[in-house]
Amino acid sequence: MQSETGAVERVFREEHGRLIASLVRRFGDIDIAEEAAGEALLAALEKWPESGVPPNPGGWLTTTASNRAIDRIRREKQRDAKHQAAQMVHDDTPHELTGPVEDDRLRLLFTCCHPALAPEARIALTLRLLGGLTVAEIAQAFLVPETAMAQRITRAKKKIAAAKVPYRVPEAADLPERLGGVMAVLFLVFNEGYLATGDGDPVRTELTGEAIRLTRNLHQLLPEEPEVAGLLGLMVLVEARSQTRVRNGHLVPLGEQDRTGWDRALIAEGHDLVRECLAINRPGRYQLLAAINAVHTDAPTASDTDWSQVVALYDQLTRLDPSPIVALNRAVAVAELDGPKVALTLVDRLPLTGYHAWHATRADLLRRLGQSTEAKHAYDAAITTTQNSAERAYLSRKRGELV
Amino acid sequence: MSHYLLSVHGSVERDEFGNYGSKEEMDEAFAATGAFNDKLRADGYWVFAGGLSAASTATVVDGRGEAPVLTDGPYLETKEVIGGFWVIDAPDLDVALRLAAEGSKACRGKVEVRPFDGLA
Repeated sequence: MQSETGAVERVFREEHGRLIASLVRRFGDIDIAEEAAGEALLAALEKWPESGVPPNPGGWLTTTASNRAIDRIRREKQRDAKHQAAQMVHDDTPHELTGPVEDDRLRLLFTCCHPALAPEARIALTLRLLGGLTVAEIAQAFLVPETAMAQRITRAKKKIAAAKVPYRVPEAADLPERLGGVMAVLFLVFNEGYLATGDGDPVRTELTGEAIRLTRNLHQLLPEEPEVAGLLGLMVLVEARSQTRVRNGHLVPLGEQDRTGWDRALIAEGHDLVRECLAINRPGRYQLLAAINAVHTDAPTASDTDWSQVVALYDQLTRLDPSPIVALNRAVAVAELDGPKVALTLVDRLPLTGYHAWHATRADLLRRLGQSTEAKHAYDAAITTTQNSAERAYLSRKRGELV
Repeated sequence: MSHYLLSVHGSVERDEFGNYGSKEEMDEAFAATGAFNDKLRADGYWVFAGGLSAASTATVVDGRGEAPVLTDGPYLETKEVIGGFWVIDAPDLDVALRLAAEGSKACRGKVEVRPFDGLA
């Protein structure tokens, strides 16, 4: 029985984005869509354990939820006809093709990631409506009290309704910029899972997994957009190493990871995606980051890494994104190619004194140069500025090894 | 279609050239705003618009008691006040935001976009 309930909930989570998105299109209101979806879940939990999961569970959920929504609207219309007439923007026009891609989930993703919404609200709404995570799960993932997260989501939904944030894929002219906003949200969700802040789990696989699932959807819907393929490639190549990244609560840096523990299927998928990007030949930030990760995952051992290729890719990235963070990562690769002394000169120039990775990189370079006292100070600064428990444990160990 | 208030925020301090700094800049802003208004009318978004006199010319009226109480000056003492506004009728927020960006460029001020909850 427990496992059957679990199976229903798994299907519901899988179908959540599609279900909510089609209900929002049909009824023009996110609250109505969510309530109807919730009622359909209850009905499924009651029926499916007895009758079995229907052959098309998504269709079953959509039909059931639509009927519940229609019932509710009828009831409320009788009670308060005037209010309902004002509220409902009933869209019963046939499914018209509005752009190159036709999928309700894509429209909903662009609505959730609309630039008029606060950045943290975009992330929360995306996880709630498309990912099907509960408010409690999202609150926990971002270390925010549940009531505060509920308010954030409610406020954003009210703004969408009152200000009429459109429910559509932007036109071709606006698509690159708006798509950038959507990808930024998905990448933030992934990063929060990959290097979690706070004292809880150092890696939150529910967040990395959800980000990959949503990006995979986006890639299916927009296969011609190389940056989407690049973002997906980047995510799966990083995820492929996740099992080896933390050992006994300590972060394990790339060079010390047990490469036999890497997920070969994800690596193969990532490399295929990078090849897709190369064929399209319109490089971008995510594609270059994916390519860098492809070089790393191509090397059987750390010493086999083609560092000149990595530096060349960072050079290309610097031309697109001349930020100090890119320069810092490039310097890490330069250290392998030209030695720690050259790299330290590059790192010391960067205005990143508030960034834990800058201190951690300096600490490592100073350690390799035998400058123990300065290395210790840098480790101390890195330990103070990082918010990830596994990274703190790793840095403390490295500092302790210095004489 | 929905109604939106596009309000222009500027410094409470004004000199003889308003918030614009010089006569040339003021004239340019007026000309650009006039052209933007014509475009709003031509494209069917126009409902109403106007520029406001200085905040110091305002009077606050409290008519809730038996006799109205009058107070000289604006309701809130702030450094930034509404200098003018448009009311537009647009199909959705994306259109309202695009028009607000054009209006902001024309009048050389920040524009707040706020939907109406209803019209009387």
